[in-house]
Amino acid sequence: MATNTAAHDEVHENDQDLWSGGKQPFKASYGKLMMWYFLLSDAFTFAGFLIAYGALRFSSPTWPVPDFVFSTAPFGIHHAPLIFVTFMSFLLILSSVTMVRAVQEGHRENQRGVVFWMFLTVIGGAGFLGCQAWEWTNLIYKECMTVNRNPFGTHTDKGVYLNADGSRSTAEDDLFKPGMGYLIHHAHLDDHGGGHSHGDDGHEMTAEEKFLADANATVAAANLDMANLPEAGVDFPGFRLNNEGFIQRKFVTESGVASVQENGPKAFGALFFFITGFHGFHVLSGVVFLLIIMLNAGGGLYAARKNGYEMVEKIGLYWHFVDLVWVFVFLVFYLL
Amino acid sequence: MGHHNYEDAKKMVWKGCAVLAIVTLIEVFVSLFQKGHIIAGLEDVPAVVIIAALVIGILSIYKAYYIIYNFMHMAQEVPGLRMSVLLPTALLIWGMIAFFQEGNSWGERRELIKEKDRVEAEDAIKPQGMLLKKIETEKLQ
Repeated sequence: MATNTAAHDEVHENDQDLWSGGKQPFKASYGKLMMWYFLLSDAFTFAGFLIAYGALRFSSPTWPVPDFVFSTAPFGIHHAPLIFVTFMSFLLILSSVTMVRAVQEGHRENQRGVVFWMFLTVIGGAGFLGCQAWEWTNLIYKECMTVNRNPFGTHTDKGVYLNADGSRSTAEDDLFKPGMGYLIHHAHLDDHGGGHSHGDDGHEMTAEEKFLADANATVAAANLDMANLPEAGVDFPGFRLNNEGFIQRKFVTESGVASVQENGPKAFGALFFFITGFHGFHVLSGVVFLLIIMLNAGGGLYAARKNGYEMVEKIGLYWHFVDLVWVFVFLVFYLL
Repeated sequence: MGHHNYEDAKKMVWKGCAVLAIVTLIEVFVSLFQKGHIIAGLEDVPAVVIIAALVIGILSIYKAYYIIYNFMHMAQEVPGLRMSVLLPTALLIWGMIAFFQEGNSWGERRELIKEKDRVEAEDAIKPQGMLLKKIETEKLQ
């Protein structure tokens, strides 16, 4: 009887003990635990977007080929599929690595080390944002892709393009097969030199460049009011100029059907800018928080705190998560 | 943390950097291989496309695992925390199956509607069908 009471008391006491606060059932501080759960919820947000991308891609008969869409890099590099975006991935991986080093220095209470490695992390994040800004600028201003216009189309048949004068092209580059991508260009009437002066830098013009030069000259000679093009567009022998001023090249398929290049699925532009933009926003806010915490660390704030450099650990978790999301954005948009 | 000493931990970080960089390079290589940039013509072989996509997907999940366990130190957390963060993501497996299936169905329906529109347009040209039947029935009455 006596022992029973004692046992009961003991359980009761332990119970009191458990619920009296100050215990960490997951052996992690409140802040770190909540950071983990925030990241879990954020993972679901991103997963929702990426799954939506997958669903829309499955629903569409054609989809822009990523190695064709993302084949431009700064300094005039063209036809280099995925190279630039691989470089961007490396930047994020490196900044993740420097972040781990910052957390390690935090454990050793090494203030200078924390600031140094966090500074490198900020540089990596800012570099990534710069690359993304270049990528977006190129897509929007050079290739004319926006949230509701996607000039990247895909062929569904085998066939051959027409020249600007309406004759069938004999160039080997003008043959196409199903699954091949194309980009519909905007007419450049005032573009003498600049992006299209390919004769100047010595290299042989490709079949497409020759066609575009001819088409632009044809459009310029037609003296059209480019601001008020008719709704149905203007028909030329080798292409159609649509009402927004884009040159839709004509082609003939193997089975003899004559057709013009049409825009690709609209959803691609919206999904691309929204999802990479949402990720870029995470990177941006990550860089801002890294800067704040770096300045705090440099000012000696965390040296005086009871939990030391835990703040660095928490922003570290967030920063690695941004890298983790990029793994999947990279997979879905660029690799597959 | 914990059982590692500082030098070991530093080494682990650079090893992690190398692992992630190499896996990324392999992914890009497989992706270019799948798109026919390494050996032309492979982009038309469905088996290659599907296997390459699976390989890239698995490598991405490996990268995610590596970042979570080694960089975010999930390996050092207690099982309860680990499971409460990682298990809910299993719901996404069903999410993918359901929504990809759904997307596929949208595509099929769109094709079906296009096909029906085409058949109806063809029928409208021919002087037969509903209109003739209507005239016939009117005559009968």
